[in-house]
Amino acid sequence: MSKVQVETRINGEGVEFLCEPQQTLLEVLRETLSRTGTKEGCATGDCGACSVLLDGRLVCSCLVLGVEAEGKEVTTIEGIAGNDGLHPIQQKFLERAALQCGICTPGLIVATKALLDKHKNPDEETIRYWLAGNLCRCTGYDKIIRAVQDAAEELAYEA
Amino acid sequence: MGAFAYVAPTTVAEALGVLEEHASQGKRAQILAGGTDLLVQLQSVDRTPRTIVDIKKLEEANRVEVGADETFVGAAVASAVLNENEELKQRFPGLIEAADLIGSTQIQGRATIAGNLCNASPAGDTIPALIAIGAVCVIASESGNRELAVEDFVTGVGTNALQDGEFLVGLKIPNPPARTADAYLRFIPRTEMDIAVAGAGVALTLDDAGTCTAARVSIGAVAPTALLVTAAADALVGTSVDDDALAAAAAACSAAASPITDKRGTVEYRRKVVGVLCKRAAAIARDRAQA
Repeated sequence: MSKVQVETRINGEGVEFLCEPQQTLLEVLRETLSRTGTKEGCATGDCGACSVLLDGRLVCSCLVLGVEAEGKEVTTIEGIAGNDGLHPIQQKFLERAALQCGICTPGLIVATKALLDKHKNPDEETIRYWLAGNLCRCTGYDKIIRAVQDAAEELAYEA
Repeated sequence: MGAFAYVAPTTVAEALGVLEEHASQGKRAQILAGGTDLLVQLQSVDRTPRTIVDIKKLEEANRVEVGADETFVGAAVASAVLNENEELKQRFPGLIEAADLIGSTQIQGRATIAGNLCNASPAGDTIPALIAIGAVCVIASESGNRELAVEDFVTGVGTNALQDGEFLVGLKIPNPPARTADAYLRFIPRTEMDIAVAGAGVALTLDDAGTCTAARVSIGAVAPTALLVTAAADALVGTSVDDDALAAAAAACSAAASPITDKRGTVEYRRKVVGVLCKRAAAIARDRAQA
């Protein structure tokens, strides 16, 4: 089986890798590139734990082939924090204790980033619909929603 | 056994060449658009090696054209992109609503209407919505493009009319005449992200007096394929789409349905609900056409 060479950008950095044609981007990120921040939950596009941005659009990396990353810009959870520390979304998730086991958290943070890039001041309904593809079996979601609202407020204040 | 391979052709001719070559050698090739069905199937029910032909680099498949006579939606356009297109939303609100009912934000970032159609699930939400607005499949083949009405495209559960060597490039939709509107409704037991128990798409045209002059009604998830229900449309044409006409259209939909009983609903329930959905969707389309 011949591997395919792929050139892409991950979190602003040029990356080359070899992968099987049928391998998912999620597998490549975790197993080939050792970027294990992106989590595997269901591997069928239902849970959102593997959420990444592909050219700025929120997708499940388990439903994207590694080869499809060719020439694209991929943003993973590892690319969210800035040089001077946590991103406000990450900070608010901590402050609001919006996580327990943490498996869903990277996906939720990436999905929140995509939401707040698009909607500066989302109402609760918009937040809940936007994040409906990110399943959390621990928190009951309420703390997550509060963290997102806090982050939206802080980011609007910063802007 | 063969091996997996991936190609991303940049022209339709190149894509057709790959399909033709595989067909002539008895090798398997499969089109990849959004991948939200394909990748799941690849990891579960059907792991056999094949050549994956990604159509996302084709100019035609990425095109969205809201033209003077017709609208074209390329087969590789993600539903999130369609949902951001205000012109399209205004022209075919029912179709865009149907696409917006499918999956999460993540899924909508990849999933395509054409993929929903090719996957040919009885419960595919965009299929009745496409049939209602008279959408036509633009199919590329070695002998040139051929066109096929959406209601004739799906041939059974999970099967479609594409022949070996062909693929769906996009969907062509005639522009709605004045005072025409569409709507799509489905029923699911949850508030979102579920598979339709029943669905109904309606498009209708009113004259200046508010009388319905043309209608198309399609129902989903209540038969092996989505159905065009001409009897329901006939019940609306010539009326002001009043309660009596809506009741007659609903009865026609219930009569046309041949549902199964499964974990999402029984035969009796689906038959009743599809009528109610037709009635409500027709009322929405009527109100939109009047606006």
